[in-house]
Amino acid sequence: MGVPMDTVWSKIKIIGFSLCLFFFFIAFGLSVSLGQNPIPFQTTLDAFFHYDESITEHVIVKTSRFTRAVIATVVGSSLAIAGALMQALTRNPLAAPDILGINAGALCFIVVSATFFSVDSLSHYMWIAFIGAGVAGVMVYFLSAFGHGGLSPIKIVLAGAAISALFVSITQGLLVIDEQQMQTVLFWLAGSVAGRSMEMIQPVIPFIASATVLAFLFGKPINILLFGDEVAKGLGQRTILLKITIGVFVIFLAGGSVAIAGSIGFIGLIVPNLVRGLVGTDYRWVIPFSAVIGATLLLLADVAARFIIMPQEMPIGVMTAFIGTPVFIYIARKGLSKNG
Amino acid sequence: MGSKQRGKNTRTILLFSLLALFLFVLSLSSGSTFISPIDVLYHLLGLGNGEYDFTINTLRLPRVLLAFLVGAALGVAGLILQGVVRNPLAAPDIIGITSGASVGAILFVVYLMGSVSFQWLPFAALFTAGISTLIIYLLAWNKGVTPMRLILIGIGMAAGMKAVVTMLIVLSDTVVTSKAYLWLTGSLYGANWQDVSLMTPWVVVFIPLALLFSRTLSVMELGDQAAMGLGVRVQLSRFLLLAISVALAGSAVAFAGGIEFVGLIAPHISRMLIGRSNRGLIVLTSLVGASMVMLADLIARTAFLPLDIPAGVFTAGIGAPYFIYLLYKNRNLA
Repeated sequence: MGVPMDTVWSKIKIIGFSLCLFFFFIAFGLSVSLGQNPIPFQTTLDAFFHYDESITEHVIVKTSRFTRAVIATVVGSSLAIAGALMQALTRNPLAAPDILGINAGALCFIVVSATFFSVDSLSHYMWIAFIGAGVAGVMVYFLSAFGHGGLSPIKIVLAGAAISALFVSITQGLLVIDEQQMQTVLFWLAGSVAGRSMEMIQPVIPFIASATVLAFLFGKPINILLFGDEVAKGLGQRTILLKITIGVFVIFLAGGSVAIAGSIGFIGLIVPNLVRGLVGTDYRWVIPFSAVIGATLLLLADVAARFIIMPQEMPIGVMTAFIGTPVFIYIARKGLSKNG
Repeated sequence: MGSKQRGKNTRTILLFSLLALFLFVLSLSSGSTFISPIDVLYHLLGLGNGEYDFTINTLRLPRVLLAFLVGAALGVAGLILQGVVRNPLAAPDIIGITSGASVGAILFVVYLMGSVSFQWLPFAALFTAGISTLIIYLLAWNKGVTPMRLILIGIGMAAGMKAVVTMLIVLSDTVVTSKAYLWLTGSLYGANWQDVSLMTPWVVVFIPLALLFSRTLSVMELGDQAAMGLGVRVQLSRFLLLAISVALAGSAVAFAGGIEFVGLIAPHISRMLIGRSNRGLIVLTSLVGASMVMLADLIARTAFLPLDIPAGVFTAGIGAPYFIYLLYKNRNLA
């Protein structure tokens, strides 16, 4: 009977993936060329291949726009992968770094260290963000995981909301006491991909890159894990070790993103859900698709953020929240009407 | 309930009334100048010589009274909410009531502060708290409202509204930013008699109303099926109880800002002391809530003199560790 269905599916997925990559490059191009000074595409290319310091547009592209687009790409894909991994880990479609308090934890640790220990270099912030993300993640996981009911969606979301509330109130309290600090940390609170240089984000990149590559390779074990702990153990999987490893990836990806760009919500929630709707639950596909679509979405959100209230810029975390809230509510309504 | 248990409950409530009274007097006597509690009592009873008219009447009394009212309102609001959604981890600040109020307050600070008197801010906050809870309720409606949908959609909406608040703060200038942040963290700084007189009606009307509905509340906690079987109109009761909770939480937040964790913790402390829902529980919760906020504000304004730190920092500091313990203890509940 001709070609097996599986192969056809794989082909469709490969075509789909290429299409997503294509959209990603368009979004990247838009991010580099659009803004307060629109720059023609040709000039953008020239800036890379025939760089000329005397041309203002070239300088803009090289020093700010390109870096900004790269950061949006890195952060967008990291958050989306982190979300996909967390949703697999908790078997809960509403899990995401921001919803479960991971972002708030990383942010709170950054504010605490900046206030009390005058830490101000990004490589230190990064480690602090990892620790904060780790502490919050471990708290949520342990508090919600050990019970007879396993991880019910409601329990894990409530635990996350409460832990977020805890970290946010500590953060706010510190900022009220130390007003000067507030101005410097404010963009972290809102989330931003602007105003950073390549050198600043360099220390974070190795962690994010290795976690991303390894996450791509973990598709198959994750698929097995999704069958449930019993089945996975029966198939010879060391589930606890695997879960811890995935947890470490999440911390690198989510904590690294916060260190670079502050708290950007909802990407980790929306993208994996969207991807599962498109390509199903096979994590060998879910993770790469999430990475590309997450990057594209954040690039587009960043472009939109430049135009909505010109000449000012909307914080990108606010943009993603505006897109994400309706999606969250939709999932909450749909997901729960199924099982009462 | 046996008469022995009832006697014990009465004693507990009496004990907490005394504790609240003690904190009340202690708060009035502490500050940058210390006034002995005996003098405070004389003054309150009208036996003083007018020496403390300014310090007590103008500065401390309205603030302590407001702390009392706000704490009582937050405690009872949380108690009702936890009963309605049948989840011990729910609270006004977690399912979006507080963030709804924040949107109104920040909008007011950013757009109206120059032209409209500051005393109207609570109304803006209360208004948006009501509207946003209504939206949450409607979005959770699908042939009736289930507690689970209510919580999840509340959390989602809270995140969205926090984004609105962040946007407004980031886009405005520094003066507005610090003012807005102070409000968000929850502070009783600058409380005056007008605040007290505006806050009092909410507490005086809605806490007795909550007492009136206490039987419905305890039946609701048994589950929708059981409540229906006992002849309770589940959807209507849920809506009314929720409305009482919003009125109490919304007014408290409107006057004191985002004082967190009181609505969550106070009901638990009371339940631990006297057990399941009844009228006594509502009274005790209001006393526990009031004591919590008075204590937090007392520490906040005296511990780091001359700094006046927002009370919300301390309610979070006391509340958060306790909450983590609760999460751990309730890990087997849905």
